[in-house]
Amino acid sequence: MKFGRLSALLIALLLALAACGGDDATTTTGAAIDTTNGTTSGEVTKVAFVYVAPIGDLGWTYSHEQGRLAVEALDGVETSYIENVPEGPDAERVIREFAQAGNDIIITTSFGFMDPTLTVAAEFPDVQFVHVSGYKSAANMSNIFGRMYQPRYLTGMIAGAQTESNIIGYVAAFPIPEVIRGINAFTLGVQSVNPDAEVRVVWTNTWFGPPEEKEAAEALLDAGADVIAQHQDTTEPQKAAADRGAYSVGYNTDSRSFVGDSLLTAPIWNWASKYVPLVEEVRAGTYQGDESWWGGLDTGVVDLASYGPSVTQETIDLVEAKKAEIIAGDFDVFCGPIIDQAGTEQVAEGTCMEDGDMLGMSFFVKGVVGEIPAG
Amino acid sequence: MIRFRLERRIDPPRYLSWAVPVASVVLALVASGLLLLAFGANPIDTFAAMWDGAFGDIFGGEVYSVSETLVRATPLMLTGLAVAVAFKMKFWNIGAEGQLVMGGIAASAVALFLPDAAPWIPQTLVVYGLIMGGAAILAGALWALIPALLKAYLNVSEIIVTLMLNYIAILWYSQLFTTSWKDPEGLGFPGSALFPEFTWLPRFSNTRVNVALLVGLVAAVGVWVLFAKTRAGYEIRLLGDNPEAARFAGVSVFRNILLVMLISGGLAGLAGMGEVAGISHKLQQGLSANNGFTAIIVAWVAKLQPWAIVLVSILLAAVFVGGDQIQMTMGLPASVAQVVQGVMLFFVLGGDIFSQYRIRVSRERGEVMA
Repeated sequence: MKFGRLSALLIALLLALAACGGDDATTTTGAAIDTTNGTTSGEVTKVAFVYVAPIGDLGWTYSHEQGRLAVEALDGVETSYIENVPEGPDAERVIREFAQAGNDIIITTSFGFMDPTLTVAAEFPDVQFVHVSGYKSAANMSNIFGRMYQPRYLTGMIAGAQTESNIIGYVAAFPIPEVIRGINAFTLGVQSVNPDAEVRVVWTNTWFGPPEEKEAAEALLDAGADVIAQHQDTTEPQKAAADRGAYSVGYNTDSRSFVGDSLLTAPIWNWASKYVPLVEEVRAGTYQGDESWWGGLDTGVVDLASYGPSVTQETIDLVEAKKAEIIAGDFDVFCGPIIDQAGTEQVAEGTCMEDGDMLGMSFFVKGVVGEIPAG
Repeated sequence: MIRFRLERRIDPPRYLSWAVPVASVVLALVASGLLLLAFGANPIDTFAAMWDGAFGDIFGGEVYSVSETLVRATPLMLTGLAVAVAFKMKFWNIGAEGQLVMGGIAASAVALFLPDAAPWIPQTLVVYGLIMGGAAILAGALWALIPALLKAYLNVSEIIVTLMLNYIAILWYSQLFTTSWKDPEGLGFPGSALFPEFTWLPRFSNTRVNVALLVGLVAAVGVWVLFAKTRAGYEIRLLGDNPEAARFAGVSVFRNILLVMLISGGLAGLAGMGEVAGISHKLQQGLSANNGFTAIIVAWVAKLQPWAIVLVSILLAAVFVGGDQIQMTMGLPASVAQVVQGVMLFFVLGGDIFSQYRIRVSRERGEVMA
């Protein structure tokens, strides 16, 4: 039986690491003594974040990182994070390791982390788990998300006012309810100011795919779109639009400094407005857990980015008035009449869609050009 | 002008067999240590955290960390063996990723639909385990048969075909769990329904280590027997080392290409079954986690030796699992973890060349200096 010479090398490497590991045992013991004598350790709240993409995506994960930094700035709070964790078998291990490391709150920020979070939550009843963008919860696991469809409607109003070709492109990740809801809200906003405009959808089948996102945007520009909107995690669609002299509507964060003034605006996340009070409640011992929270414009977790210089004051006034109506509860996006692509009335006049129906939304409204792949 | 060139050692000195590994490891630790210092991290603490993440207090009887390393190693082991079988014949199967995915799809199809379609089949683990395993082997093997036939009949490059078939398999499986196989009770979210519990591969105590690891070990024995003890194995090696001589000796290229790719694809398919039936218990995002590509590194580091593949897959998994600690404990970005892992592999892989070659430094007129 012959082992490859290289495997001998790897063994040696691991043995060398083991030697370092030996040192570590003593240092951790030292730390453990500190905590038993400890003065502050009982008061420090440790919060860990699990991210699906790199922080440098300038999108979804970046928006959560801004939330983490706000939490980190609180007194008596320590945070840690791990980025670029793929959805799949590795996620459960990472979440469990954070729990074993003594974190008090673990926040997982991708849909695919839902089941692993639930599994680990059952093993660590004293830890609070918070999962973003899913639907399952437990005694010590909350699910939270934002009503992104509200600012998306407002950005649709701006895109509808701005388009001259009456073709608006929408680069979309996956045909799941969250994305479909966003496309519908955006289209309803477009049509509220410009009933002749249509929204054309291209699916990329990736959340974070710079080349795919760019290609999809270019295909839409080739088809005559003069505004590009997106449900994607990078700024590539916005840059593709800028390169061709078209406008764009971003997503996740205000990317004006990277894209320039072709960016009309963007529906954005402001996770600090949820994470900070949540962590403070846990520290105060008042957090109950098992929360199902879906925050709208009124909570601040979703909002609008800055307006580009080409957006007229008239449009801004219109949008601000609508925003105030939404915050006051006088208007909501999915209130009837809502007509689907086939011309069937999905929501009757005078009624509004329930949250449960919105969470499972699987039809396109009139004005969307594109298909939801058969399910 | 000074020239450097590599010259094969005709009779490598004995001391190299320990000096090269030691030097490589020292250099790997020094280089990655310097890198960590540049990022403001204490290298000793970082290496300690990596060891702790991968193996934990293994000598103190704590098994959780090492169990997770074994979970990570299982698909690497099976796909590493899969590509090694093909590489022995110098048949470049870059398609283990796609073959793994096809195996996962087939096992999922059995777990999701067979209980309803054929309720008379006993719903027990043994029966379903065998059916899922058979389906996974068949699916992986059939997917591998496409490049094998194209190569055998038309001499089409297997590198291109196996590589491209990966993307087809991955897109197909994404399409399945986002559309037709989507969980009807999943509120429209992507992912299949959970498999019935009798299809879950048994796990060892409280860990996620499951029967798929044993399958990997048995497969390693099988591959070793194939090459050490059988005529087919001998023919495959001969075709790889000296195809002209093999043809002269009457070895059928055609038959062996088909055989190799059926074994190779079948092993990769089993890796896919292990991931869906042993870990996720559903078809969802994350089945294709680059195992089929990392397998190529595993196979080469192990010099295509089955026993070494078992070991290398565990050690590489340890580097991956331990590498997470660079972020989780040390607070460094993911890119630093990847660079540290890369630097370690670079020195370990690169060091080997000095046990077989030496560097000659020569002046222009060819006079030898060293």
